[in-house]
Amino acid sequence: MQVQLRILRYDPERDQKPHWEQYTVETDPTAPLLDLLHTVKWHQDGSLTFRRSCAHGVCGSDAMLINGRNRLACKIRVDQLGKKISVAPLPGLKVIKDLVVDMDEFFAKYRSVMPFQVDDDVMPARERRQSQADRERYDDTTKCILCAACTSSCPSFWAQDTYVGPAAIVNAHRFIFDTRDAGSDDRLEILSDADGVWRCRTIFNCTDACPRGINITRAILEVSQAITARGI
Amino acid sequence: MSEDIKLSPSIATHEYQAVIVGAGGAGLWAALELARSGVKAAVLTKLYPTRSHTGAAQGGICAALGNLEEDHWEWHMFDTVKGGDYLVDQDAAEILAREAIDTVVELEHMGLPFNRTADGRIDQRRFGGHTRNFGEGPVRRSCFAADRTGHMILQTLYQQCIKHGVRFFDEYHVVDVLIEGGQTRGVVAYRIADGELHVFRSSAVMFATGGFGRMFRTTSNAHSLTGDGVALAYRRGVPIQDMEFFQFHPTGIPGLGILLSEAARGEGGYLRNDSGERFMERYAPKLMELAPRDMVSRAIAMEIRAGRGIKGKDYVHLDLTHLGKAVIDAKLPDITEFSRVYQGVEPITQPVPTTPTAHYAMGGIPTNTDSRVVIDERGTVLPGLYAAGECACVSVHGANRLGTNSLIDILVFGRRAGRSMAHDVAGVQLPEMARDAADQVREEIETLRTRTRGENPASIRSALADTMMDGVGVYRTGDSVKESVVRVRELQARYQNVRVQDKGTVFNTDLLETRELGYLLDCAEAVAVSALARTESRGAHAREDFPDRNDEEWLKHTLAFKTDAGPELRYKPVTITTFQPKPRVY
Repeated sequence: MQVQLRILRYDPERDQKPHWEQYTVETDPTAPLLDLLHTVKWHQDGSLTFRRSCAHGVCGSDAMLINGRNRLACKIRVDQLGKKISVAPLPGLKVIKDLVVDMDEFFAKYRSVMPFQVDDDVMPARERRQSQADRERYDDTTKCILCAACTSSCPSFWAQDTYVGPAAIVNAHRFIFDTRDAGSDDRLEILSDADGVWRCRTIFNCTDACPRGINITRAILEVSQAITARGI
Repeated sequence: MSEDIKLSPSIATHEYQAVIVGAGGAGLWAALELARSGVKAAVLTKLYPTRSHTGAAQGGICAALGNLEEDHWEWHMFDTVKGGDYLVDQDAAEILAREAIDTVVELEHMGLPFNRTADGRIDQRRFGGHTRNFGEGPVRRSCFAADRTGHMILQTLYQQCIKHGVRFFDEYHVVDVLIEGGQTRGVVAYRIADGELHVFRSSAVMFATGGFGRMFRTTSNAHSLTGDGVALAYRRGVPIQDMEFFQFHPTGIPGLGILLSEAARGEGGYLRNDSGERFMERYAPKLMELAPRDMVSRAIAMEIRAGRGIKGKDYVHLDLTHLGKAVIDAKLPDITEFSRVYQGVEPITQPVPTTPTAHYAMGGIPTNTDSRVVIDERGTVLPGLYAAGECACVSVHGANRLGTNSLIDILVFGRRAGRSMAHDVAGVQLPEMARDAADQVREEIETLRTRTRGENPASIRSALADTMMDGVGVYRTGDSVKESVVRVRELQARYQNVRVQDKGTVFNTDLLETRELGYLLDCAEAVAVSALARTESRGAHAREDFPDRNDEEWLKHTLAFKTDAGPELRYKPVTITTFQPKPRVY
């Protein structure tokens, strides 16, 4: 089938501001959108610039705004998008070039919530035990691939870019609810400040945007409840 | 930056005791070892660390924990040697199997969310070629976190690196390794954000750059897997080992190549041909679907060739319908999602079309068991160069890697690389570096960027992918490989006149993809030439004109050295300590 692909282009070495360009691409309807971006880059305009790596939705490189919604270009098929497809960079983040956005702040916020296990005990010779139920408690938030689809879809983040954002909270949740971790109080302290969980307005954009199907809004609420419960 | 000094013309220069290229499992664990030892180290990656392809690994990581049934590292070692068709260096396989156990335990201590048994221990499942008591039947050895084990390993190691303050240079694309006077002196990296070259001066450089599956048309590999480290070392005089052994994974999604984990068969999935027959009965009666990957891929290729593919087409069925929704949702959620997204198939109720997909390079940069790079058949170490993971060849995988052994390989030998570097750099001065150290690669990149006439790299890339898939695939013949060698050389000649369209300096992926294509071409030539010379069939190297294994002449590793006339081949013996070669039946 033939698809009209509109892409928001911006090259800081040539353009004053972003502009739309249109490409006509012949494609198999079951192809992922990433294939169309490659078709344009390889056969029409080599300067089209986007990040990608694994091409099957696990590395998190190619999140972008597709037909008005944040998704991974490799995980959405043309037949799910129709004959007219628009592609723009993730909203709310500084554009470096075309579909490439500056991720440094995003990763800095991730690092700010202590996204690592805190456990200063001497470890046993073998693995620590954890029940299946305790393991299940934080299963959902271990799926995060740090693609930024959630954070950059969040109106609270658009309004206040110092907000730590859903992705960072998801990664804090993954440890806060892990029985093996001892750093929860510090993490909850970090997330209880003005740019922490209280900026969430339960709009659910993050949950809708997540390509891994994580129930992000629920995770944020659980973290909020933990802060309240512990009187932080 | 205080650490900047000026080279001619002005180049940003950094000084580190150790530099790691690549931020997958091998690079990250090495970085962790260095951080714990107080070594000033930097990790350079052309992606962000969490984008590394370790994160795509699905099914598990093997260690003889014996949590569900009796198991021993000696059995794991034997399976690794037999799975590799006896081309495995057995001293390395012993280290792998022994150290797997405390490596997996340490992952748990770092917080990795393994699935758990009813009594709270790490859960384990079956995987291809992993057996009890030296081949009697399948054993539960693969430790897993659903079917995103690699994702959890990558996340956990990156988290630990953050905790330990590891210095990362994200989106720095390494374009040269500096080796002068028999000593490694550092690397040159291209900062993707602005096209600036940065020199990293260091007496220890580790390659952990992954594989080169992108030379094939249908592959499970990320677009970024273009053999960078392998090609850079090769260009600087390091031989590359056993390149003819490239694994095709039996169950990829037709056309796209996306992997459907062997865990699907580990959990009890069947392979069926057009008549519904579990055809593995005829190829590996004992292990059936859990035979090693090379054998299963050949069996599928034979079924397809005999017209027994589904509706006569070039795929078979992976049948999970008897497993039930509970098992599929709990243990195979990601891969069944892949089927829904990319194939429109519901694996709970429908069989899934699958076909072999190019997956894993057994060959690469030769190293000893301490992950130090060796440059000849006598094991001579090149001071200051290290490698681990898929880009390396130690060789624990021999002619065919077993499922799960790549994850344990990157961690065991990544850790060893970190320890070796920490040992070697202690008290050592940074090496001298010539003022023109970056000039050669600067010239190469500028020539490529500014050439105004020439061929589109995309046509060369797709021709290479077809050439390798059709000529050096699951099955090869002398004629098919010979033709591939000729074609790859034609493509190398055409590549000399390739033109990139993007002339900018900001985030120029057109330029970098084209440079990566050059790496793939060098690796492909070595693959094809090594495959042409090896007139036997062993593991993943299946020559139809020489269908039998020939231990008398070919129980040896290939070393390819780069020369102006193409790869020059030499050979080195296989290390055999415990298990004498036997016929390989399952």
